[in-house]
Amino acid sequence: MGIERREFLKTLAVASGTLAGVSSLKASDTTNLNPDRFGVLSDLTYCIGCRKCEWACNETNELPNKPLDSFSDTSVFENRRRPTSEQYTVVNSYADKGLDGGALNVKVQCMHCEHPPCVSACIVGALRKHPDGPVTYNASACIGCRYCIIACPFQIPAYEYENVLTPQVRKCTLCLERTIENGQLPSCVEICPTEAILFGPREELISIAHERITKHPDRYIDHVYGEHEAGGTSWMYISNQPFNEIGFPELDDKSPAELTESIQHGIFKGFSGPIMLFGLLGIIMKVMKKEEENE
Amino acid sequence: MNNTATLSYEKQRFFTPGVWIITCLAALGLLSLFARFIFGLGAVTNLDDQYPWGIWIAIDVACGVALAAGGFMTAFIAHIVHGKGYKSIIRPALLTATLGYTFVALGVLTDLGRYYNMWHILLPKYWSPNSALFEVGMCVASYVTVLYIEFLPIVVDRFKGKVNLPGMLKTFNGFFERLLKILDVSLKKVMTIFIILGVVLSCMHQSSLGTLMVLASAKIHPLWQTPILPLLFLLSAFVVGFAMVIFESLITSRSFHLKPEISVLSRLSRFIPILLIIYFGAKVIDMVSRNTYLYLFDGSLESNMYWFEIIIGFLIPFIILMFEKYRNNPTWLFIAAASVVFGVVINRLNVYLIGYTPLYADKPYFPALPEIAVTVGFISLIILLYRFFALNFPVIEEMEN
Repeated sequence: MGIERREFLKTLAVASGTLAGVSSLKASDTTNLNPDRFGVLSDLTYCIGCRKCEWACNETNELPNKPLDSFSDTSVFENRRRPTSEQYTVVNSYADKGLDGGALNVKVQCMHCEHPPCVSACIVGALRKHPDGPVTYNASACIGCRYCIIACPFQIPAYEYENVLTPQVRKCTLCLERTIENGQLPSCVEICPTEAILFGPREELISIAHERITKHPDRYIDHVYGEHEAGGTSWMYISNQPFNEIGFPELDDKSPAELTESIQHGIFKGFSGPIMLFGLLGIIMKVMKKEEENE
Repeated sequence: MNNTATLSYEKQRFFTPGVWIITCLAALGLLSLFARFIFGLGAVTNLDDQYPWGIWIAIDVACGVALAAGGFMTAFIAHIVHGKGYKSIIRPALLTATLGYTFVALGVLTDLGRYYNMWHILLPKYWSPNSALFEVGMCVASYVTVLYIEFLPIVVDRFKGKVNLPGMLKTFNGFFERLLKILDVSLKKVMTIFIILGVVLSCMHQSSLGTLMVLASAKIHPLWQTPILPLLFLLSAFVVGFAMVIFESLITSRSFHLKPEISVLSRLSRFIPILLIIYFGAKVIDMVSRNTYLYLFDGSLESNMYWFEIIIGFLIPFIILMFEKYRNNPTWLFIAAASVVFGVVINRLNVYLIGYTPLYADKPYFPALPEIAVTVGFISLIILLYRFFALNFPVIEEMEN
């Protein structure tokens, strides 16, 4: 069962060559983000809970829809809803403990992370971070493993479990076709009657958010949700109530993807780990074999 | 070991009452599998956007990979370290690993929404080196191939010099004989590479199955969510690899009415307490450094499940295997090995299901009946195929004095 030393080294060289090719693929998507990339700022103190954004979203994305006036029905607020494969955005209502004692409404949709765990998770690169902001999905590449749903720190991607042959991962697209390809506003932003959601370059939105907070310290808490959460998100919020009280998860400033990517690349950088293990095992095998023969 | 002979399968019947029951379970599983592909995931599973992964991933894949670790652990001890006297356990362990991984792949295929795109992971344009799942996928695909190559000599041994095709095909007898001879010679030359490769690939994906859940961050209970999860998965694979070899060897000898190979198994079992100490040592250090021992006493389901891991997966087998007289006793050895196996199964379930809490959970996940049927069916098929190969191929050696 022995092989010549020369032959062994040759195999090792071939193996390392092929494997090194794999690891030279680009490491992370974060580096090629456009500095003027888009984002959305959601000012919860402006939102009146009219849910027109839900209607517009369904319309644009060709999701099952109902007439616009039926969206004024506030009975849906009795439950806290989550986006589904047939509804990319939903508005939830919370009791406003602030000045006017009304309701505080929170529009929920994909946050379009700066360093998205779903993109990092995707086994075939079906999910991508667009340099201009949106996290995009390519159904034709997808194998349907649903690891993106496991990875998402906001529990956003929804799956078409009822679709037998061609199920897709469904979520907000940041209206990629309208915004980036045609210079329009996302349909939810366009329809919003109170300008509770602003679309624009992310950096500018962050300045606007902080300006508002500084100008009206009585109206806002000093926190721009999404500026740093999970490594930053394209969609950001300002509010008059702590975010953990209105359904937002408390997250680290680092994307969860950073840790797993550093583990992966730590072990597999240039495939040095596996190649060293291969070599080590080969040496052990040779030595032990010799010992056995000597006995 | 001059007096070894292959299991005389002529004397054995394939079907016994137990085997009939297992056959029924396998049939039920195949029926449910059929339903899954006709009616879709939504119709036959309880998976949803809160729990996108159920028992097909937690048991068929995560536990399946761990329990098939006997293959590379045996290859390591017998072929790489050249440990003496382990020859008789190599082929049974290899058969388990080959069947185990085949069904891991089938389990994945069943769970994938777009299973027909599975081959995408092989196309460079889709490669995603940031994804731990990509690495698991590539390694499992490569390792299945390696296992089939490692298994080929068993097939060659079975038919070499015995090719006897019926009727018209007789003319090909010579051709197949020559093919087998060539295979026999060339396999012996390259096998070393594949044996080492198998061990390397195993270490890679056994650990990456842990990395996989690190990305789920806060959704995994702090008792299990740790950056060293990949290391813990690898260390537990080492332990369960040996335990599984002992476990199944004892079951096999009971099932085929053979004398248990107690001397080999007891020798193998000496390593288990050492590996257990390393595995649980790493767990304790991690626990102390992250102060998660606080969760051990809060009486929650998670806390109880962790205690199960400690008691069944560590204390019981550790204490039993510390004593030589218990290591030499088939019953005690079986209890110890089964405990280790069960402990690792509980661990994988804890990490992948029980310790997983969605952010906005409104109901817990419990597998639907067809989901359970598929998982049980796959396990039954593994048992049936194992029995078939054990009875028809030179896999199990019987000691004769």
